[in-house]
Formats: sequence, C-alpha cells, structure tokens
Amino acid sequence: MNSNLNITNSEYDQMISKNTKKSPIAKNIFFAFLIGGLICVLGQLIFNFSLKYVDKETASTITSISLIFLSAFLTAINLYSRLGKIAGAGSTIPITGFANSIVSPAIEFKSEGFILGLGSNMFKVAGPVLVYGITSSIILGIIYYFLKFIL
Amino acid sequence: MEYLQCFITGGIICTIGQILIDKTKITPARILTLFVVLGVILGFLGIYEPIYNFGKCGATVPISGFGYSLYKGTIKAIEERGFIGIFTGGVTATSGGIAAAICFGFISALVSKPTIK
Amino acid sequence: MKIGKQTFKLESMPYISYTSSIVGPKEVQGPLSSFFDTHINDVWDKEKTFEKCESKMLKTCISNLEKKANIKDDDIDIIFSGDLLNQCISSDFAIRNFNVPFLGLFGACSTFCEGLLLSSVMIESNLANTVICSASSHFCSAERQFRMPLEHGNQRSTTAQATVTGAGAALITKEKISSSNARITYVTPGKIQDLGVKDMANMGAAMAPAAFNTIAQHLTDTKRDIDYYDAIITGDLGEHGSKMLHDLFKLENIDISKKHIDCGCIIYDLKKQDVNCGGSGCGCIASVFSGYFFNELTAKNINKILLVATGALMSPISSGQGESIPSIAHAIAIENEV
Repeated sequence: MNSNLNITNSEYDQMISKNTKKSPIAKNIFFAFLIGGLICVLGQLIFNFSLKYVDKETASTITSISLIFLSAFLTAINLYSRLGKIAGAGSTIPITGFANSIVSPAIEFKSEGFILGLGSNMFKVAGPVLVYGITSSIILGIIYYFLKFIL
Repeated sequence: MEYLQCFITGGIICTIGQILIDKTKITPARILTLFVVLGVILGFLGIYEPIYNFGKCGATVPISGFGYSLYKGTIKAIEERGFIGIFTGGVTATSGGIAAAICFGFISALVSKPTIK
Repeated sequence: MKIGKQTFKLESMPYISYTSSIVGPKEVQGPLSSFFDTHINDVWDKEKTFEKCESKMLKTCISNLEKKANIKDDDIDIIFSGDLLNQCISSDFAIRNFNVPFLGLFGACSTFCEGLLLSSVMIESNLANTVICSASSHFCSAERQFRMPLEHGNQRSTTAQATVTGAGAALITKEKISSSNARITYVTPGKIQDLGVKDMANMGAAMAPAAFNTIAQHLTDTKRDIDYYDAIITGDLGEHGSKMLHDLFKLENIDISKKHIDCGCIIYDLKKQDVNCGGSGCGCIASVFSGYFFNELTAKNINKILLVATGALMSPISSGQGESIPSIAHAIAIENEV
C-alpha cells in the first residue's frame, strides 16, 4: 500500500467540500431575519417612547444605550451566547452584538487581572469595528471637506 | 406600519450578514467590521439616507447604522467647526454608545463569570 | 527494532497495566458515561480559572491511577504528559504535585499516543520499569486560547468540533503487575502531513491525511492488513474527518469504515448533544482509551487495536499569519497476550 497521498491540495479541497454538511441556511436566515428584525423593533419602541420627552438626537442615543445595557445584562447572565446560537447574524449585527463582543471578552479575561486582563482585552473582538469605522469616516470626511471646496 | 418597515429593514440587513457567514468563510468579527465600513461608505454615497428614512431604527440599530452615524456626525461637525470636525465629529456622534458599552462591559465583568451550557 | 520505514517493533512488549480517566459535565452525559472513573460536575470545579480546573483534573486523574495501581511517587520512573495550552501549563502545574521526573510533551491532540510511544520506548531500552503517560484538555481553556470568548454569541461551523473536557492516564510497566494482558507491540511515529487546509473550524479534514499516512505506513511496515486488527481507533477526526479518512482509503481501494472507530464520534451523542462534528482535544482519546477501550481490552471484547491519535499542529499566531494546518498522527499497536 502506498502511504503517500497522490492528490493535490485542490483535489483534497474538493473532497472536503463534497463531505461537508451544508449549514441549515434556510433555518439560519429565518431566525436571523426574525430576531434581527425584532431587536430593531425593540429599538424603535424605545425610540418612540423617548421621543415623547426629549429631542430626536437624544432619543437616538437613549435607544443605543438601552439596547447596549440589555445586551450587557443578557451576556452577564450567560444568555446572549445562547441567543447567538439560534439567531446568528440576527444577534451579531445589531448594536447588541457589538455590545456583546465588548462585554464577553471583558468577562472572559478578568482571570488575568483587571488591567492587563479585563482592561486590555475588552476590545479584542470589537476593536476592529472602531478602528475601521472611525478611520473610514475620517477618510471620507476629508474627501467631503475638499469636495466642498472644489464644488 | 412604521414598526413593520423597521422590522423588514433590520431583518434584511441581518439576513445579508447571515448569508455572508454561511456562504463564505467570513467570521462574525469580520462581518461587524465589514458592515460598519459599509455604513460609512453608503452614508457618503447618499444611499443610507433613504434606507434610514424607510426603516428608521431598522437602519440605525444594525452596526451599519453605527457607521452611518459616524459619517453623519463627521459631516455635521465639518459644517459647524470646519476642518477639525473631521476628527471630532464621528466619535462625538457615537460617544454615548461607546461609553455605555465600556461602562456596562466593565460592570458585567465584575459580577459575571463565563460558563457553558 | 526498526522495521520497514518508520515502525519500531518492541521486543519487551510493555504492559498497559492500569488506566485512569476523568471527564467533564458534558462528556458524562454522553454514551460512554459509565466507563469513566470519575467526573467533575461543572466546568469550574470550585477553581478560580479554567486553566486551574484543567490542572486539577489531570492531578486527580494521575492520583487515581496511583491509587488503583497501589504505587507511590517513588515507584514511578518518569511521567510523560501534555495538553493544548501554551507551554503545557496544565501538565506543568498538575505534575508539580508529584515527586517524579517529568517530560512535558506537545503534539496537540496526538499527545497521548506520543506519550505512549515514548513511555514504551523508555521501557524497551531498559531505562525504566514504570512509566506514566497522561494528557488533558478542557473545553473552556481551549476555547479561550484558540477561539472566541465563551459568552460571545455566534454560530459554529458545521465542521467544528468541541474540545473534550477530560483527562486520561496510563501506567506502562515492564512486568505484568495487573490482570491486564494489553501489551504494546509496535509503535509508528508519524510524519507531518499538510494538504493546505486553513480552516480552523475544520481540523478533522486537516488531520485525516496524517491519519491515513501513519495507518498505511504502519500496515506496510508490519506487513499486516486492516483485518488483522479488531479496531482502528483514531483520536478526534470527528464525523467529517472520519468521512475524509474513509475516502482517502477508498482511493487505495480499501474499506476502512468497518474497522474504524473515532473517539470524538463516540464520546458524545452527536445527534442530541450540541457538538457539531464531535469531540476533539488531547483529553478526547486519553479519556476514551483510558475509560472505554482499556476496559474492552481487559474484558477481552477486543484483542488487537491500533490506536492512532491525530494532532493539528497550529497556533492562533500561525493561523493569523495565513499558514495552513500541519498535522501529525502516531500509531500504537496494542494487543492482548493470548
């Protein structure tokens, strides 16, 4: 018997794809749509309620903070990860998913101390969102600024 | 009607993310980054505005809405304060969310410990 | 004595005299529950960190082995042990409690067989009489080193596997000191194989070529065929990796599926427990061999097995740098003396 495999990497890759179980995409999309949509509706409820007392901008901030609080709370009582298993992107993409990705490493890395554990790992997952979000807004801000001059 | 539009908009944005996760090998951390940058770019191109007008919170609650706020904040600050606004606007507009996430993250870490089900 | 290209025949045929196993809360709910010596009730087991918990589990496992065999630290010549964590900290801190020479191993999930191989070679060379070989892994400590925080909400890929929380230890001796007749007859250390798989969520497929290479080389070197063995046992290929292994053997026109058992597939109920493709980690083959298969060997339900532990030799750093996953497999032939 020949112990050396006479197949190329790409042939092996095809074998892998053939044997890979398909992820239940219809089910995943259904729950992503449902739960993602519901989180947004919850945001809308909070927004409309706050709008009775404050201006639009403040209401928008209140909405974000409330959803972030809810997500932090669910993460702390070990429920958000369970929601994530069902909802997938439906719980990752809303602002609650952003909060979850800040809170979960904070909880996890507390065991290495408050400064170098909790403190420095808090943005381990969500850091790139801020880095690339802020950088891209600055770049496009510069473009906007100069376009304004020219036009 | 407002709530239905919000539900549909938010649902569709999340569905796009789910399809990307299932059909490609993009990890959730990359999806978040991709969507926030898309929010900024679509804001710049003037495409996110109509989505927001239709979906309201359905467009602002997803992380792409965070990108849209970053961009809108930058523009607003440029109009008010000129060049320096490029640097102050984005974070100012989103400061509430970022500070809240840090604060609640810290408190959660104090009281909670991870587990598996 | 070296036979063929990479197999060693052990004239002394060291005995596997006793084994000891410990598993976590999820594993004890699986189908092999009754075979494990003991278990922990939650993933913390009253410790402050997951790493401490894993260490304690390994320490308990080795202490239980000493008790079973009725031996003391002084009776043991050397311990080979390893785990998945950086610098093998689970083993280091567990074996701090024993007054025995220690050699730490890293072979990723292949560690247990690497340990068995070195233990039996120590005995073959007449340098030692009594050797312990052990390995451990912990779902939570592995998750945090290799993947996402536990409380992060995300879906796992269909090819992903769950790291087994568990440890296993075996006492290898020159003389027959127990009722066990299980002897190590041949060992085949593996060569690194890499078919360019980069997906960290598909280690089964990354490791299958290594399992194929080592099994095929072992059979060639020993001039045995698949039917010689009652079972060919792999460590943690999982459901997907096992299918890949079967397909690789099909290319050689050999049907291995009837003889092949994967520890990762039998430690959990794949349908009911949320583990995707099955178990993985050093603790998987260590606990399943020490608990289940050793029991089957002493009961003479099976008499000749080829134990093949596979390991994916990557780190989060190498994966971050875009490297593929090199993998390895070591084979140990264990046969009941008749």
